Formats: sequence, C-alpha cells, structure tokens
Amino acid sequence: MATLDDVAAPKAKRKLTGYWLILPGALWLAVFFVIPFYSLISTSLFDPKGSVLTGYDMTWHFSNYVDAIDQYKGQIWRSLWYAGVATALCLVIGYVLAYAIAFKAGRWKNLMLVLVIAPFFTSFLLRTLSWKLILADDGFVVDALQTVHLLGDDGRLLATPFAVIAGLTYNFLPFMVLPLYASLEKIDIRLIEASSDLYASPLRGFLKVTLPLSMPGVVAGTLLTFIPAAGDYVNAQLLGSPNTRMVGNTIQSLFTTQGDYAAAGALSVTLMIIIVGAVLMYVRTAGTEDLV
Amino acid sequence: MNTLTRAKRWIGKHLILGLGILVLIYTFVPIAIVVLMSFNDSSKSRNVYKFQQFTFDNWLHPGRWADGMLDSVMLSIYIALCATVIATILGTLAAFAMVRHRFVGRKAANIIIFLPMASPEIVMGSSLLALFVAAGFGGQLGFWTILIAHVMFCLSFVVVTVKARLSGLDDNLEQAAMDLYATEAQTFWRVTFPLVLPGIVGAALLSFSLSFDDFIITNLNSGQEVTFPMFVYGANQRGVPMEVNVIGTAMFVIAITIVLVGELARRRQEKALAA
Repeated sequence: MATLDDVAAPKAKRKLTGYWLILPGALWLAVFFVIPFYSLISTSLFDPKGSVLTGYDMTWHFSNYVDAIDQYKGQIWRSLWYAGVATALCLVIGYVLAYAIAFKAGRWKNLMLVLVIAPFFTSFLLRTLSWKLILADDGFVVDALQTVHLLGDDGRLLATPFAVIAGLTYNFLPFMVLPLYASLEKIDIRLIEASSDLYASPLRGFLKVTLPLSMPGVVAGTLLTFIPAAGDYVNAQLLGSPNTRMVGNTIQSLFTTQGDYAAAGALSVTLMIIIVGAVLMYVRTAGTEDLV
Repeated sequence: MNTLTRAKRWIGKHLILGLGILVLIYTFVPIAIVVLMSFNDSSKSRNVYKFQQFTFDNWLHPGRWADGMLDSVMLSIYIALCATVIATILGTLAAFAMVRHRFVGRKAANIIIFLPMASPEIVMGSSLLALFVAAGFGGQLGFWTILIAHVMFCLSFVVVTVKARLSGLDDNLEQAAMDLYATEAQTFWRVTFPLVLPGIVGAALLSFSLSFDDFIITNLNSGQEVTFPMFVYGANQRGVPMEVNVIGTAMFVIAITIVLVGELARRRQEKALAA
C-alpha cells in the first residue's frame, strides 16, 4: 500500500507543477489574445452612430455586418484574390527552394536554411520599400519588359496589382519554405529510390511519392502564407494605389483615421470568419489534420 | 544511351540546386538595395526613392539624421528588449510544462498557443485595440499597450522553439545524472538547462526580431508613440530619408554576426565533445 502512495504522490505534485509552469503564459494569452476577440465581436455590434469621443452604445447592431460587407466587398475579394495568387506563387517558388535544400544541398544545407530566414534580419518595411525601387517606372525591370514588348511604352508595374502581389509573394515566401522543408526532410530517401528502381520516371516518382509525402508541409505552408497575406496592408499601401486597397487597409483606416469602430470591428470579424472557414475547408480537402 | 541518362541526371541534379540558389538570390535583391541605398546621397531631391549619388554621409553623420528617427529606433529596441525578456521567460516555462508534464487542458493550451501564429495580424491588432478601448485605456495607448501586444505574439514562437529543442533532448543524459546521485535541482541546472539553452537563446533572438519589426499590430495600439517601422511607414508618405537604410543595414549585419558567432561556437563545442 505504501508503495502505491509513494508512486502516486510525486505524480500528483508533478501534475500541479505543470499547471504552475503554464499558468503565466496561458493567462497572458487568455487575457490578451482570447478575450480581445470577445471585445472585437462586441465592438462590431455597437451602434454605429457613436464615436470614439462620445462612446458607443451596445445595440446588437447586426446590420453593421451587412453594411460593412456591402460597402467593402471589393476590398474583401481583392484581399482573398491577391493572397491566393501570392500563395500559389510562393508554393511553386518555395517548393523548388525547399526541395533543393532538402535533397540537393548536401553540406550547404544549414547555410541555405539560414539564408532562407536571413531576410527577416532586416526590416520588413524597408524590404518592401526596396520593391518600390525595383518596380519603379524608370527601373530596370520595367525597362527590360518594355524592351521585349511585354509592357507598353507607358506601361508600369508600380501601383498595379502586379506590384502588390509581387510584394506579398516576396515577403511571405519564408513562411512557405520552412514547413515545406520540414516535411520534405522527413521523407525516407529510400522510398524515392525505390520508385526509380521500379522504373518510374523522375517526374512520375515525384508526383506519386515525393509530392504526396510532402502534403503536410504544403498544407501548413499554404496556410502560413495565405493567412498573413490576406490580412496584410503594408504591401498594398507602399506598392499599390487606391485601386489596390485590401481589406487590411480599410480596417486600419476605419480604426485609426476615421474612428468608425463599429464598421472596423464588423469588417475585422468578417475577415476572421472568412479565413477560418477557408482554412477548415482547405484542411478538410487536403486531408491533413495533424497540423499543430 | 548510358551517357545520355547520366548527363540528364547531372543536369537534373544541378538544375534544381541552381534554381534553388536563384530563388535565394531573389530573396536577397531587396536587401542588397537596402544596403545600396544606405550609401545614397538624396540631398538633391528628397522625395524620389532612387539611387542618385554615392556617399558615406548617411553613415558618418548621425547628427544629421532625420528628426525622430533615432528616438523611434531607441523605442523599438527598448520595447523589443522588454518583450523578449518577458516572452522568453513565460514561453520557456510553458514549453517545459507542455513537454515534461501531462495535465488536463494540455490540448486546449496547445491550441491557444498555436492560434496567434495562424491569425492575421490585423485581426489580432484590432481585437486588442477593442479590448483596450472597452477597458477604458483607449486614451492611454502607448508603451505599455505595445509591450503587452508584443509579448502576446512573441510567446507562441518562444514556446514552439523551446519545445522543439526540449522534445529532441536525449533523456538518457538526465537519467545518467540521476544515477550518479545528482539531485533533481542539480540535474536540471547542470544537465537539462545547458542542453536547452541554445533553444532558449534562439527563441529570444526570434522574439527580438519579431518585436522590433512588427508594424500592423503596433500601428493599431501605439497611440502617439512611434516605433521604427512606424517611422518608415510614415516617412514613405513624405519622402524616405536614406538614413533608415543605415539602420536596416546595421540591423542585418548585427543579426548575421550573431548567427555566425553562434554557429562557430556550436561547431567548436561539437569538436570539443568529439575529441
């Protein structure tokens, strides 16, 4: 009997230790991440007649959503569309890089991985500003495209959807490469060798073996790229024009310059719901549930 | 035919590596431009963001730096340091709880930790703003609200980074220490902690750079304070002073140096252990 207690006692103590260790962090996230969603939802139902100065009345104003979606559906669509294209581009470019690092880099693997995250070492805004220079009207990219007549003489890249998508693709590429690399790296190379031993062409081997095995990375990378891209407004602001405003631009200006909290809240909740819905649908189709 | 397939394979092998390297080069072009622009003399026309003339002046005369830029850099560094310390401590404790302890609600904790990394910043930022306003702090947005926000989004990254290191640990080492009559505390401080330390340092560096670089959440919750990214964003509307690129370049060089020194230290340690 005594032995049973001896075993049980430290275990119970250990259980409590776990709680104590996680408590401060969990509390921080509960108060400053979970509860704010509640505040956001209640803000989105405020009477829109209020203002930051006079305060808002809670009137369960569900029509805020109808109004916000109706007024800003263009920006919402544009965000999803730009983020979708940028994610697809990231997937293609990122897969090549992740594949090269996982299977072809040899002893340069670690160096290449550091280089993947190295852009994070300097400011996100400055890198985005650099794109403004690269895509400028008298820049070399526009010149080159005009020379080969892919772009008209007065054609431009800056302030077009192209520039915004280019910026999004560039900025979120590492979020695609890292999960792709992580899942490619886990693949048993013998499986790929086996497919070629069994006379599969390299392409067939890739499509039938490597690609399916890397699906968890594809799903994780796609989500980690699409979600921040859909909510981003820095690229649209620095590289785009008023015609390329995304939903993030609108939410930001409704909150900070126009002070229309009710509409901003409704739009923000709408964005979150769309993203959660898209993520659930995507994960279900892609069939990967162990993302965390 | 044999030589043909061999040639094909050689091309195949090096083609992908070559394409991968091209992608890396592409990711470095904007950084090269940041470095280049830090040597740009823009005194003739300030509102054109374009390389005009080479100069060392941006680096040599910090006194002439744009109004408010240095303050914004100092504020960003200060906030990043505070956020890093708090997030690293809380996150490391949480990582130990997640890996070493089984408790009810562990799955829920896992989800709460994962979610901030998968939520759009604009939504997190506006939620926090809604909370601050609802709690009556709408007029006191500033240092404290920025710090709270930064700790919030750094925490998850710390937990994930430390967790990865901790779960990859060989528990035989700890068993051996215990077998050799080390107490639990001795085992922790002499064996476990030093082994996890690289993960903690990595998490701290990650927190610092995330905090220093954050714009979207900060912009919503900063009140009158101006951090460095906010300074750059604001400057974009009036013409960017080239000095911001000096800060960008310096940051990059410092970060690369830290990574290289860390890598060298790791290699030396590995060699010492092997010998």
